[in-house]
Amino acid sequence: MNLVRSHILVCTGTGCSSSNSLKIIDAFEEELRLQEMDREVKVIKTGCFGLCAMGPIVMIYPEGACYTRVSPADVKEIVSEHIVKGRIVQRLLHMESDEGGTATSLSDTTFYKHQYRIALRNCGVINPEDIDEYIGVDGYAALGRILTEKVPPQKVIDDIKASGLRGRGGAGFSTGMKWQFTADAKAPDGVKYVACNADEGDPGAFMDRSVLEGDPHSVIEAMAIAGYAVGAHQGYIYVRAEYPIAVKRLEIAIGQAREYGLLGKDIFGSGFDFDLELRLGAGAFVCGEETALMTSIEGHRGEPRPRPPFPAVKGLFARPTLLNNVETYANITWILNNGPEQYAAIGTKGSTGTKVFALGGKITNTGLVEVPMGTTLRTIIEDIGGGCPGGKKFKAAQTGGPSGGCIPASLIDTPIDYESLSAIGSMMGSGGLIVMDEDTCMVDIAKFYLEFTADESCGKCNPCRIGTKRLLEILTRITEGKGRPEDIQRIRDLAEYMQASSLCALGQSAPNPILSTMNHFLDEYEAHINEKHCPAGVCKSLLNYYILTDKCRGCTLCARNCPVQAISGSVKSPHIIDTAMCIKCGQCIAHCKFGAIIKK
Amino acid sequence: MPNCKTVIPYAGTPEQEARLQAVIAAHKGQPGATMPVLQQAQEIFGYLPEEVQIMVAEGLDIPLSEVYGVASFYAQFAMNPKGKYQISVCLGTACYVKGAADILSAVEEHLHIKPGSITPDGKFSLDACRCVGACGLAPVMMVGNDVYGRLTPDQIPGILDKYE
Repeated sequence: MNLVRSHILVCTGTGCSSSNSLKIIDAFEEELRLQEMDREVKVIKTGCFGLCAMGPIVMIYPEGACYTRVSPADVKEIVSEHIVKGRIVQRLLHMESDEGGTATSLSDTTFYKHQYRIALRNCGVINPEDIDEYIGVDGYAALGRILTEKVPPQKVIDDIKASGLRGRGGAGFSTGMKWQFTADAKAPDGVKYVACNADEGDPGAFMDRSVLEGDPHSVIEAMAIAGYAVGAHQGYIYVRAEYPIAVKRLEIAIGQAREYGLLGKDIFGSGFDFDLELRLGAGAFVCGEETALMTSIEGHRGEPRPRPPFPAVKGLFARPTLLNNVETYANITWILNNGPEQYAAIGTKGSTGTKVFALGGKITNTGLVEVPMGTTLRTIIEDIGGGCPGGKKFKAAQTGGPSGGCIPASLIDTPIDYESLSAIGSMMGSGGLIVMDEDTCMVDIAKFYLEFTADESCGKCNPCRIGTKRLLEILTRITEGKGRPEDIQRIRDLAEYMQASSLCALGQSAPNPILSTMNHFLDEYEAHINEKHCPAGVCKSLLNYYILTDKCRGCTLCARNCPVQAISGSVKSPHIIDTAMCIKCGQCIAHCKFGAIIKK
Repeated sequence: MPNCKTVIPYAGTPEQEARLQAVIAAHKGQPGATMPVLQQAQEIFGYLPEEVQIMVAEGLDIPLSEVYGVASFYAQFAMNPKGKYQISVCLGTACYVKGAADILSAVEEHLHIKPGSITPDGKFSLDACRCVGACGLAPVMMVGNDVYGRLTPDQIPGILDKYE
């Protein structure tokens, strides 16, 4: 093996790839070749570091220097200064926005200080396309130990139960219990399946994608262990086709695992057979629901079916099936290698371990964070996320995507765990955490989510198909200034019917974003309905143009350019807009030289 | 359900059809083969016109209604051809909160088309898509395989004019 003195790690997750990180890698390789150092310095493609807002990210070891927003043009300087002369390029180092200080390495930053990385432990650390690097960080050790020492399957299940791990897909069901049910289920022909839900459809969530892109083997190993524990020999990973990098890395990883004999027949000479197959989704949100996902793998329209029977009893191809989410699997080998007690010691009593969140929206540090359960929303948003950009005021955070709810600023000290979130009308969800500031209209956001669920409703059951459509119609008319006072009660009634009678979680939870925004921001709904006013200034039909009398110089430019003569006023005195005549074309704002015209 | 029947005549070549038959042969008899076959068919032809759906149904020996049912259910299957450059504007939550709706309007205005359609010269097709996962760069638009992030509406004409 060739020894190298420096490692240059370049993030090739979707976020950084989108901002040219692959060209940065080419540039590094080219520059190192020119400087004849390509044998002593190694360039490594890694998965996501998490700090996507600052991408593309380049880490150089052994110094641990973290360079952010690197462009291919910076490569020459990094090589000649850092690699050749050993001088860190200060101007590219990650800047801490709050303290103004310059952190040399990621672990120094407030973004990472509060984090505890278990599911993401290898993301940004190893090359996901090289199985040897995974093995180098104790990869496949858990599978090897279990198979060669012939650990009883029940012992594996007991360990998972003892860890307290709960499903990270959103519902939070005990993972150990799920494994137990599948292990106990009897299949007529003895065939069982293990499946992985990688159909991360929640818009604004990218936790699972980052795990698959950064550490695919951790999921493969965990699925093989799960297969051993429940008695299955075939696994399926159902992954979104919209994640081409994740799909490619999974294909590479499965191929390498087969080549090493870690998948296939007689793994570790133990007589245990297990293999995996990838199935690509085709863009249907409902396929994230477990029964819909299985009908989709079977090759049909991804429509859910009633439960019971639960998948553990009758799942894929009518056989007992264990279905877990990507992040759940990513925790498994850590638990088995470090002991369930250690895992259970992290987090809270009811929600052990850590949770990965995809921070997005109006937040400074958009990206991926993993924190112990029970961390407060304040820590995530203010310390790790760096607050709302531009000094705007934090208004609410949405968790759980289109099935979840919002957490208003007044509840920012809520600890993030399964129980606390459902107590305030939100839910953990899969981990999307969208931050909204004072400029976000909560009615508009509720409408956005309803547009999504109405579009994604599979149409099999009436409460969801018709209910989402009707809710969306009501919300649309509210945002257009045609809301009626009785609409609020009508929404509540309709929501109750949908929650009680929809076939699957999509319909049952579709009203959640409206109900929770109504609970916390009823005043905004009332302003839209009664005063025909959008307090955040988002809903276009409700906006009116006004002239600020203290700023208007009476130049008459706006009045002369108004196509409908809605502006009146004499020269050198403040003008006024007749909002009844105004057609909201924006010509006045475009022509005003004094910034005296506003929309509100 | 968006426009399921295309007005553009089928123009598959014998070579494409032979590739599809090979895919069908490789998957025949495998449980749950419909989706993988349709995915590869779409890769071969670029979209799934009626003629291709009939070939898949006959090849896999399943009812055409079932093939159509699957093809019309999933957002990724297209029954209309795509433009030379496919534009996708992300309307995921993170992008939406950061003004993706204005980006989409800017593209619509510039090209005079709505999402789900194609410019008359076949150059651009426009879609509003769900999260592409580049939330750190929100709002995001893709033109073919090129990703544009941290967009503002005024950048749109300049970006689209680059594609000739």
